[in-house]
Amino acid sequence: MSVAKPLPHDAAKLHVTGAARYVDDIPVPAGTLSLAFGQAEIARGRITGMDLDAVRNAPGVVAVLTADDLPFANDVSPSVHDEPLLAAGEVFYLGQPVFCVVARSHLLARKAARLGRLTYEDLPAILSIDDALAADSRFEEGPRIYIKGDVDAALAGAEHVIEGTLELGGQEHFYLEGQAALALPQEGGDMVVHSSTQHPTEIQHKVAEALGMPMNAVRVEVRRMGGGFGGKESQGNALAVACAVAARLTGQPCKMRYDRDDDMMITGKRHDFRIDYRAGFDGDGRLAGVDFTQFCRCGWAQDLSLPVADRAMLHADNAYLLPAARITSHRLKTHTQSATAYRGFGGPQGMVGIERVMDHVAHALGRDPLDIRQVNFYADQGEGSAESQTTPYHMEVEDFVLNEMLAELKETSDYRKRRAAAATWNAANPVLKKGIALTPVKFGISFTLTHLNQAGALVHVYQDGSVHMNHGGTEMGQGLFQKVAQVAAARFGVDAGKVKITATDTGKVPNTSATAASSGSDLNGMAVQAACDEIRERMARFLADQHQAQVSDVRFQDGKVLVAGAEYSFAEAAAACYVGRVSLSATGFYKTPKVQWDRIKGEGRPFFYFAYGAAVTEVVLDTLTGENQILRCDILHDAGASLNPALDIGQIEGGFVQGAGWLTTEELVWDDKGRLRTHAPSTYKIPACSDRPVVFNVALYDGENREDTIYRSKAVGEPPFMLGISAFMALSDAVAACGDVYPSLDAPATPERLLAAINRVRP
Amino acid sequence: MTQTQTISLTINGEAVTATVPVRSNLVDFLRNDLGLTGSHVGCEHGVCGACTLEVDGAMIRGCLMLAVQADGATVTTVEGLADSPRGQALRDAFHRRNALQCGYCTPGMLASALEYVEAGRPADRAAIREHISGNYCRCTGYQAVVDAICDLIGQGAKA
Repeated sequence: MSVAKPLPHDAAKLHVTGAARYVDDIPVPAGTLSLAFGQAEIARGRITGMDLDAVRNAPGVVAVLTADDLPFANDVSPSVHDEPLLAAGEVFYLGQPVFCVVARSHLLARKAARLGRLTYEDLPAILSIDDALAADSRFEEGPRIYIKGDVDAALAGAEHVIEGTLELGGQEHFYLEGQAALALPQEGGDMVVHSSTQHPTEIQHKVAEALGMPMNAVRVEVRRMGGGFGGKESQGNALAVACAVAARLTGQPCKMRYDRDDDMMITGKRHDFRIDYRAGFDGDGRLAGVDFTQFCRCGWAQDLSLPVADRAMLHADNAYLLPAARITSHRLKTHTQSATAYRGFGGPQGMVGIERVMDHVAHALGRDPLDIRQVNFYADQGEGSAESQTTPYHMEVEDFVLNEMLAELKETSDYRKRRAAAATWNAANPVLKKGIALTPVKFGISFTLTHLNQAGALVHVYQDGSVHMNHGGTEMGQGLFQKVAQVAAARFGVDAGKVKITATDTGKVPNTSATAASSGSDLNGMAVQAACDEIRERMARFLADQHQAQVSDVRFQDGKVLVAGAEYSFAEAAAACYVGRVSLSATGFYKTPKVQWDRIKGEGRPFFYFAYGAAVTEVVLDTLTGENQILRCDILHDAGASLNPALDIGQIEGGFVQGAGWLTTEELVWDDKGRLRTHAPSTYKIPACSDRPVVFNVALYDGENREDTIYRSKAVGEPPFMLGISAFMALSDAVAACGDVYPSLDAPATPERLLAAINRVRP
Repeated sequence: MTQTQTISLTINGEAVTATVPVRSNLVDFLRNDLGLTGSHVGCEHGVCGACTLEVDGAMIRGCLMLAVQADGATVTTVEGLADSPRGQALRDAFHRRNALQCGYCTPGMLASALEYVEAGRPADRAAIREHISGNYCRCTGYQAVVDAICDLIGQGAKA
């Protein structure tokens, strides 16, 4: 059967030959125009003048659009219509698109866009978390608060109490393929849009609004993205809408891609956070209660910040029972890029908070942090009680497996012995210090906005037995298309190679959710299965009838259809059904069961299930320079019964490295005018090959999802990202070896921050 | 500003003569004028490595070289990799080892990997890591990329 085979990525052959087409590679009709945005040069102010004559007169310029030229909605927000495509009188961040140049080439458009002369009346800009708190600049009326038990009493009665503050930087997605879109005008005012987006339906919706057309006049197609990581969930809207509006205006196809600097200046990033904590615990490190205050810097527009901040709250427990907890979340509005979805969607920030608490508690008690983590774990599935399994949002954890996973990982990674060896090394070496940390991940799977947990599929079987598969999920490199094709192939009993994978298309499957929240395989796999089973049932009914057999006796396996002793190839069976006037096309639909959630009260079951993992990371730190290296990383990760172990391991390796990058080398710096100073890879450092662990052992946990997911697999897109927390905690451990004070390391742990922490710790 | 120059060069074994703006980058020329879209632009200032390709046997950044500088040169892009047995074998190794996810960095990564292999260097993981550190990949964590290069060198040693 095709499911569970370690097949390569479906487009691997195309990628190694250079034949795989991204949006900017699609051959375009002659006369296609290119777009570029003119951007705001201040963080906050009123536009008092816009002299665009030089722009209009620049070589190759066909048109220049401002907010006044937009015929319909001037909005590209995915949530609350607060995000104009082009600034309308006021600017809210440095880099905000103010006007749009339509020119004969990409370079001509960009050059012309630099010629605009804007004048402003400066207004005070709110840039930092402290600025926003002082001005009470926020989304929602006040902080959201989730409460379990009486945390004040728990802290008052606790044997020990620690408190601290943790700063967590944001993160640029740095998808290798920048944002891009292409709009092709059609007859009757219709529009076809190719977009590098994780959310074709959203693009369709926003383009339709901007054109004053119903959604049925707009078709969006996405074959692939060159990486997404959440950065293409809402951030592609501006380009697609601009292209569609310009294409309508000029009657010519229009395309737009952000140059990397523009991309980083314009688009949102991961939310940076400050987390204050107070934790009470006993002499064994067992928590009595934790009080978290999360400050989340959202930028200028709401975008997806509310569910991101919610998910940070929902992961403030990570893998640990908090008998009493209060989690307070401030969603702060600042005049910076609108922070957006990024792999983990707030989960990582919440999780680092509690992992910091674990580390701090262990330091206070002089214990191995792993002991503290384990004593606070939820109980494994089947072994707990409501009391031992209830999260701060009152959902019971039913599928916990980390106790068992840790027993295995501790052995395979030789954790205790290596920890002792690091201590010996540190006692003997004054300059190079080693650190080691084991951190777990428990990540909730499902969109917390319950209605998004649905998916559709469209499957055709042609009369030659070839299969055409389509669903609402998008391919950004994660291998979704192949995994779902393996499901389709398994249902028909044919090789995965017989299933044609086709571009995501709003004309084939409507009303889809973003490929986000790690949900791609779970949702689309089930929807495709439903469509395939519908066709298979019709074929079986027809063939059973032909052979006076029972439907249940028809078998689809090994490329054949077996019925009552007769044997057809799948192609022969399809041809027979066609001649027999059997419909060989079906849609499939799936909605996730069990989830229901009240995000205001913080009560219910936001997640269908949890995905688990754990990582042991060892680092060496040069205490004179702050330079460091990840020496070794051992990971055990739970992908349930994996649909494709090769692709899943790729997600885990890549997720870890990206997560470690977030917490170590990737630093976003804004100056005091609100200008992002790190807007290209020359100043923003993602992990290179030499930064990855010297030794890197990744294994899949041998288990299956206790919930009824597609072939009992588990989602794998986001959870491994948070395994990178172990690298941060290992660095903290290495710093701790320099003295007796707790390091209170902030992230990203750049050499500069590491040296500052070393100085705090040193006697 | 719109000054042009006529250049002649060999691209993937084919002789090409074209008139190009003197300020045009090699990678823009390959992509926009010749339709060789396998070379990708990532950062356009020589850091990310997505546009890496081979000019006269050396690896260069397609975004940092002007098309006119390639006048008279022999250029190999990802589309021409299969013309050499090693190039073909390298493609197969990347495919087999899943040394790609979104694939955007792959053409540049292949070019850098080929340079390492062609130089006859050993299957030394540290040396390979160092060599390809000028090619960013945001998806894989690089493990499979190093595996694929080691694989290919290992096969060569056996053959």
